[in-house]
Amino acid sequence: MPETKISVSGLDLYYSEFHALKNVNIDIAPNEITAFIGPSGCGKSTLLKSLNRMNDLVEGCRITGNVTLDGVDIYKDMEITYLRKNVGMVFQKPNPFPMSIYDNIAYGPRTHGIRRKSDLDDIVEESLKKASIWNEVSDRLKRSALGLSGGQQQRLCIARALAVKPEVILMDEPTSALDPISTMKIEELCCEIKDSYTIVIVTHNMQQATRISDKTAFFLHGEIVEFDETEKLFSTPSDKRTEDYITGRFG
Amino acid sequence: MRKLFDEQLKELNIEMIKMAGQVETAIAGAAEALIKNDITLAKQVMGGDEIVDDMEKKIEHLCLKLLLQQQPVATDLRRVSTALKMTTDLERIGDQAVDIAELTLKIGKTDNVHIPQMAKAVIRMVTDSINAYVNSDEKLANDVMAEDERVDELFVKIRDELIEMAADSREKGKQVGEQAIDLLMVAKYLERIGDHAVNIAEWVIFSVTGVHKNAKII
Repeated sequence: MPETKISVSGLDLYYSEFHALKNVNIDIAPNEITAFIGPSGCGKSTLLKSLNRMNDLVEGCRITGNVTLDGVDIYKDMEITYLRKNVGMVFQKPNPFPMSIYDNIAYGPRTHGIRRKSDLDDIVEESLKKASIWNEVSDRLKRSALGLSGGQQQRLCIARALAVKPEVILMDEPTSALDPISTMKIEELCCEIKDSYTIVIVTHNMQQATRISDKTAFFLHGEIVEFDETEKLFSTPSDKRTEDYITGRFG
Repeated sequence: MRKLFDEQLKELNIEMIKMAGQVETAIAGAAEALIKNDITLAKQVMGGDEIVDDMEKKIEHLCLKLLLQQQPVATDLRRVSTALKMTTDLERIGDQAVDIAELTLKIGKTDNVHIPQMAKAVIRMVTDSINAYVNSDEKLANDVMAEDERVDELFVKIRDELIEMAADSREKGKQVGEQAIDLLMVAKYLERIGDHAVNIAEWVIFSVTGVHKNAKII
């Protein structure tokens, strides 16, 4: 097992004139949950999006520096379809496709050429089980995904991300629109699946970061101020700015 | 930002200082009562125990409320958990002051010169440990731990003296033997108070550095 799944080095990102990420360097370990925290506009979501090139289509976005996945540069040496298959994304607002629960999950595998029904059935069941939602939807797979509750929709989106067997899952505030029970289910789900995946999560909920993440990076004004073991960062942070932010003295 | 949180932390600090003050008064009173054979003062110390117990409960309540409402992290977390641990030691110190006061009622007059010295040293240790907490003073906390060695030495010295005293009881009567044993218990309580002051000092160091007895516990 390599020590680093994703390596970011000397990354600068501009939205037109705005310097959104400034010389960012971070190594993300495999099979761990890494949390990105920081005040709004600090660059944490921007970095997350850069990890599977979601910023490519943003007008005026310029990126310099390197991001590698298993040592391969994702901007220079990797097909974007290969990248997106291996690095899945779950967004803040659940965004199921307006189709059945089954088709939501089967969508990705079909795109990647899987056609046989029994294979798709297996993938759908396995993905929904991994995302801890199988028991709630197994009897209504053909019904619209839009009829699910917010928390179920978000787990469906996680199942959809898992269906293409990615290695990395990026989550952008995945529970900020959910109630405490749904939030807990997703947090538990993250902890259950991390042995098989590398998870990077952006969260404004610091208690969530302390509960589920192994490492935490604190961002401020486009820079990573501190990156450390989560327990260390939340108990004895090294940088005063981290201390001030997590204790609510600013931000 | 965090106005309520800061007010709660301030209140906790004030309560800690109050409890420490009450406990310091109790040990000083117990020591003085013993040295001067002042029965009224000894009884006063005994009566004060309830106040210390109530203060402990109040501090525990404040700490738990802070944990529940503010979910403190970093310095705040270390400070609240330190207060929660310290209050247990302060309460024990209060109990031991009462134990000494109770023995005073039995002991009567004593001319042992080292017990007052030991009492003075442990009172100083307790005061310093509290000041170290209030001012987050790591150096002072370390001084408290160093001072404990002197207190332990005094204990050994007093013990030797009391063994001599007990040996004399064959000639001077049973009462002298009893007094020697009671005084030994006083010395032991004082020595334990010193240990509690060391505990407090160790938690102060945790509060400042996150390290408790050379171990990173969070």
